[in-house]
Amino acid sequence: MQLTGAEIFLESLKREGVKTIFALPGGVVLKIFDVLHQQKDVEVILTRHEQGAGFMAVGSAKATGKPGVALITSGPGMTNVITALADAYMDSVPIVVFSGQVPTALIGNDAFQEADNIGLSRPCTKYNFLVKDVNDLAATIKEAFYIASTGRPGPVLVDIPKDVSMDKAEFKYPDSVSIRGYSPTYDGSKWKIKQAAEAIAKAKRPILYVGGGVVFSGASKELLELAEMTQIPVDMTLMALGGFPGNHPLSLGMLGMHGTYVANMAMHYSDLVIAVGARFDDRVTGKVSEFCPQAKVIHIDIDPTSIRKNVHVDIPIVGDCKRVLVELNTILQATVNGNQRDLRKPWWDQLHAWQTEHPLQYDQDPEGQIKPQYLIERVYKLTEGLDPIVSTDVGQHQMWTAQFFKLANPRTWLTSGGLGTMGFGFPAAMGAQAAYRNRLVLCIAGDGSFQMNTQELVSAVVAKLPVKVFVINNRFHGMVRQWQDLFYDGRYASSYLDQYPDFVKLAEAYGAAGVRIEKVGDVDAGIQEALSIDGPVVIDVPVYQYENCYPMIPAGGSNHEMLLGDPPDLKKPSPTGKKSSQQGQDTILTA
Amino acid sequence: MEHIISLSIENKFGSLSRVAGLFSGRGFNIESLSVAPTLDPSISMMTIVTTGEERIIEQILKQLNKVIDVIKVVDISESEYVERETALIKVHTRPEDRAEALRIADIFRANVVDSSPTSYTIEVTGDVPKIQAIINLLQPLGIKELVRTGRVAMGREPTRTASAQSRPLAKVN
Ligand SMILES: Cc1cc2nc3c(=O)[nH]c(=O)nc-3n(C[C@H](O)[C@H](O)[C@H](O)COP(=O)(O)OP(=O)(O)OC[C@H]3O[C@@H](n4cnc5c(N)ncnc54)[C@H](O)[C@@H]3O)c2cc1C
Ligand SMILES: Cc1ncc(C[n+]2csc(CCOP(=O)(O)OP(=O)(O)O)c2C)c(N)n1
Ligand SMILES: [Mg+2]
Repeated sequence: MQLTGAEIFLESLKREGVKTIFALPGGVVLKIFDVLHQQKDVEVILTRHEQGAGFMAVGSAKATGKPGVALITSGPGMTNVITALADAYMDSVPIVVFSGQVPTALIGNDAFQEADNIGLSRPCTKYNFLVKDVNDLAATIKEAFYIASTGRPGPVLVDIPKDVSMDKAEFKYPDSVSIRGYSPTYDGSKWKIKQAAEAIAKAKRPILYVGGGVVFSGASKELLELAEMTQIPVDMTLMALGGFPGNHPLSLGMLGMHGTYVANMAMHYSDLVIAVGARFDDRVTGKVSEFCPQAKVIHIDIDPTSIRKNVHVDIPIVGDCKRVLVELNTILQATVNGNQRDLRKPWWDQLHAWQTEHPLQYDQDPEGQIKPQYLIERVYKLTEGLDPIVSTDVGQHQMWTAQFFKLANPRTWLTSGGLGTMGFGFPAAMGAQAAYRNRLVLCIAGDGSFQMNTQELVSAVVAKLPVKVFVINNRFHGMVRQWQDLFYDGRYASSYLDQYPDFVKLAEAYGAAGVRIEKVGDVDAGIQEALSIDGPVVIDVPVYQYENCYPMIPAGGSNHEMLLGDPPDLKKPSPTGKKSSQQGQDTILTA
Repeated sequence: MEHIISLSIENKFGSLSRVAGLFSGRGFNIESLSVAPTLDPSISMMTIVTTGEERIIEQILKQLNKVIDVIKVVDISESEYVERETALIKVHTRPEDRAEALRIADIFRANVVDSSPTSYTIEVTGDVPKIQAIINLLQPLGIKELVRTGRVAMGREPTRTASAQSRPLAKVN
């Protein structure tokens, strides 16, 4: 039977098992929207900005592991979604974005709302397609989903000119895909895996440095097995959180710029680093020349370009984390002998000493202003049993959430790591909520970041996505202010948000609920109240403004040289006793 | 160090810009790039001349391999290879210089492919030193225009080369 391009689009999405798409219409995609409007199999969630649609697709993909889908129009619709594509590219998130394009006959003519979608998205997609003929549409969509979700996942763009959505063709959805230039390697070299097992058996101070690849690969179980069998401590990157249980005695927490003292010391003094699906980002390596000076490095990664990009690797293993770990565990089970706990005791004694020397800490005066870490830790404790999905924006609140929210399960953590995109948290949480209607989805937002996508509050209300957004309101671009404290003599150039909205009223203006928590004593009750509301809620929490996030490795510093607290000469008002500041009345320090 | 990379790539819309964009986006050097279709019209061969430390070259090769349109990548300068470049040189010729220009062309086995009362256009093919040498000799006469194709290269038998080994070409042969 002959179908229009728009109908082929719909049928193809159904074949891919897509239940929800995030979308915003425009002239060249009206035919597709018209078809979507007349069916019930694929839900269309209307967003108020294309960046929102892109991030919702990202949130859905991170939470489910299946590609998230967005549909947007040509020209400005396309330019608006670029940020989400770039974010997904950096963090290896499988999304498929469909963009409308001017009719094929007009391409290249500076037609109304024309943009070079392929050129714009080329550097921030894993691949992109311009569909010039409706007869190619179904096969192209099949390839797009295949490329997005296999190998190292990533975003794919499919650009559909208006006439292609209206032309007719026979619909035939391919069963399989074969692309001669693309065949990811899943099985690691047996020989290398054997070498890795030997190195592990010999190591005295090994450390597992675990990244997002473990989550993408679904290798949490195998990782746990490996760690428990060998008693090797586990460091997680920001992107790996949830990939190994944060509460597990073998977990040292996050490593890197704002990682724990013990996690970074363990790397620095290790004699064997086992990197699993991690890409040696500069926020982790610090100064490369002083990175893990005593260690041999094993690196398991599905993408050969990740290996030896930044640091030297002794045993490279190209392959999928899960398959490689299964293989590695099998060898180790047969060869590891002696009581691993006894064997590792000297190393663990040292690690425990580091842990007690400098644990994560903050102080909360019961009469003082709410500390951001306290609020985050209470949200964590009060929702621990509910296995929530947690998203964040970008800034200090993101790092504190990473430090204090000890996630137990993979795919419960949505954060923007590589691009570090403010405004990510709320729409990403909505995307996850759309995929899991009955789960608790939390967003820990920054007051600065949240303002970059507040328009989606109304989308959440309409689509009934009961996300709970905690705004860690320090009236600052806090992370920027922290750098200004440390490296710019406390000159707060454009980091102070002296005029900011009343977030409770803002929520209400959009039809959502608003709650404000102002006193330490009210924190638990306020959180409970927000959780009990059936619908999207914004919880505004004015917090102590000048809290800084530690430990911190200054950019370009070495991993064992961490700042553990404010330098003694840093001037700032004390959080103690002072009433929490009211809007517009904050005092600001000048250096 | 200089490396010559030979790659086969899907001959379709946008694939050249994927490769060119990779080099500019990641700050890799590109000395020359030449591309043309093969016997199989769906595949193009590209020869890229680049320089960099070993670590960078390793990244370049891996990144090129990662481009989905790229079918095969070979660093042919790793083993024995032949390379050629063609240049078209339009040289200014006063009447008294015309014989000299022809003599130089002759020495380099170059051809005069066009001529006007005041110029010859000379076509020369060879490796880079040869082309550089003829340019140097013609320069005193006055070079009005110069175009070079960029280098193309091929591994010598029995070196495995992309064109000889890649599956799709084998189908054509
Ligand atoms: C304000 C701010 C502060 C930050 N501070 C820190 C910090 O202190 N510590 C920190 O760790 N990060 C921090 N980051 C994040 C940092 O920028 C990087 O995003 C992060 O370190 C990268 O994590 P990753 O190495 O796990 O790589 P990812 O980006 O998650 O990449 C995954 C890797 O796994 C590979 N892979 C994918 N699938 C598979 C598979 N199936 N099998 C095998 N391999 C696979 C990929 O090829 C890739 O190499 C911060 C970010 C921001 C915005
Ligand atoms: C889109 C975007 N613009 C600018 C930045 C640079 N930046 C990083 S953190 C930050 C401040 C974030 O402020 P807020 O959301 O209030 O979080 P806080 O650090 O105060 O917790 C800024 C401006 C960014 N990461 N993303
Ligand atoms: Mg803030």
